[in-house]
Amino acid sequence: MQHILSISHLSKTYASGRIALQEISLNIQRSEIFALLGPNGAGKTTLISVLCGIVTPTSGTAEVDGHDIIKDYRTARSKIGLVPQELTTDAFETVWATVTFSRGLFGKSPNAALIEKILKELSLWDRKDSKIMTLSGGMKRRVMIAKALSHEPQILFLDEPTAGVDVELRRDMWRLVSSLRDQGVTIILTTHYLEEAEEMADRIGVINKGELILVQDKRELMHRLGKKQLILLLDTRLTHMPDSLAKHALTISADGMELVYTYDKERAGVRELLDDLAAANISFTDMQTKQSTLEDIFVSLVKDTP
Amino acid sequence: MNIRAIQAIYIFEMARTGRTLLQSIVSPVLSTSLYFIVFGAAIGSHMTQIGGVSYGAFIVPGLIMLALLTQSISNASFGIFFPRFTGTIYELLSAPVSPPELVAGYVGAAATKSIILGLITLATARLFVDFRIDHPLWMLFFLLLTAVTFSLFGFVIGIWADNFEKLQLIPLLVVTPLTFLGGSFYSIDMLPPFWRAVTLVNPVVYLISGFRWSFFGASDVNIAISLGMTLFFLSACLAIVSWVFKTGYRLKA
Repeated sequence: MQHILSISHLSKTYASGRIALQEISLNIQRSEIFALLGPNGAGKTTLISVLCGIVTPTSGTAEVDGHDIIKDYRTARSKIGLVPQELTTDAFETVWATVTFSRGLFGKSPNAALIEKILKELSLWDRKDSKIMTLSGGMKRRVMIAKALSHEPQILFLDEPTAGVDVELRRDMWRLVSSLRDQGVTIILTTHYLEEAEEMADRIGVINKGELILVQDKRELMHRLGKKQLILLLDTRLTHMPDSLAKHALTISADGMELVYTYDKERAGVRELLDDLAAANISFTDMQTKQSTLEDIFVSLVKDTP
Repeated sequence: MNIRAIQAIYIFEMARTGRTLLQSIVSPVLSTSLYFIVFGAAIGSHMTQIGGVSYGAFIVPGLIMLALLTQSISNASFGIFFPRFTGTIYELLSAPVSPPELVAGYVGAAATKSIILGLITLATARLFVDFRIDHPLWMLFFLLLTAVTFSLFGFVIGIWADNFEKLQLIPLLVVTPLTFLGGSFYSIDMLPPFWRAVTLVNPVVYLISGFRWSFFGASDVNIAISLGMTLFFLSACLAIVSWVFKTGYRLKA
């Protein structure tokens, strides 16, 4: 099956000399949800901007549904909807006017029924005649999504869709993403929250310093990288590790007052550890658990890749 | 060709004009009236006729040009600067729209507005002074040509400017002096030979002279030269705009 998006050796070096993307190659399947994970400045937004025509690539090619993003930009772009990260909206226009404008800009014939449907889905219908400047931040983000959906795109780019968004909108957003996927829309989202990717995506790509470090099925990646840590605060200093605890691969903190147990979610073994601690007569005053953050994952990924 | 996109931009921009309609109309009506009170009634009554035309009537084409130039530049520059400023330009850049279509939408709307304002200025002037228009079609043609040319120029300024100050800089420091010194209120024949030669470097002289010819059939400069210079300026603006889109200057990284 032909890929909906196929990126080949795409690179971008800005005029300042900063290398934002290095030889990115990636294929996206039709109607999958793909999460692009990476820290700030990793190149996520640059990649999306290149694909949408906002940034000119230095080298490499990309095709949207078989249409080159530069040679055949009209067809390629008409298939893409973009919701950028920054809340950039008009101020004095009404919700209805701005969404209608977007549809026209993408060359589609007016379709009031469709726009009504989109606005209703995004709980914007009763604000359709409001000026955008009077809306809250969350509502403005909904407007931006409505604009991106107004021309019925086949691929939707959501750049950091839940940054600074409240719980309700976040839930609505996920509901929308699932329903769009059911309608056959491919969704590519960027995030630096691992949980977000975990919740939604089928596949995850990790990008760092402009390089796509890995692309993997979500389950495999979570299994490989989604580590948890249990930290036990001891009531007395521990100078050396008793042999009976060796199999748990614990680490002792520098001051000898903390024991750190690292495990993956599927095979916890916490119960066994606690039993062994009791048997070794080690008691603790408190405990806390920590889930590996993206930063931890990066450290491990960068360590793993030469 | 994405006609719908041109339409969308045009309608969007005209709606912006619609929202500020009152100030758009009040401002040219007020300034034209002031010019007529000062130059037409107060000073003009002491002036002799210029080329057989009363001074009040003589300044009408100049005043219309003054309104047309300032309005074209400010409408078009603001039209494209504002999306750059707010960031909504992302949508224009990511849409299946070619540069000529984008320019057609923005410049078309800016030129339309300034032509309307030019005609309002003309109508206001009629309340103060009697004048004739010998070549009405040429008059409209010059109006259109100038509005499009200076809207293109405004578009370039709107792309070049990276803050509100710069947006005002060229209209204030370059266009206003050029218009005032371009023969809006006098015939360049009234100047000493040296200053007359200097004045001929000013492109606005040709616009006003050509426009005045369409009213009174007489002009400072030959009509063909006026037309040629205006078309030359139009091509220069078109060349800059196409360079902007080719290189992505201030639009694309």
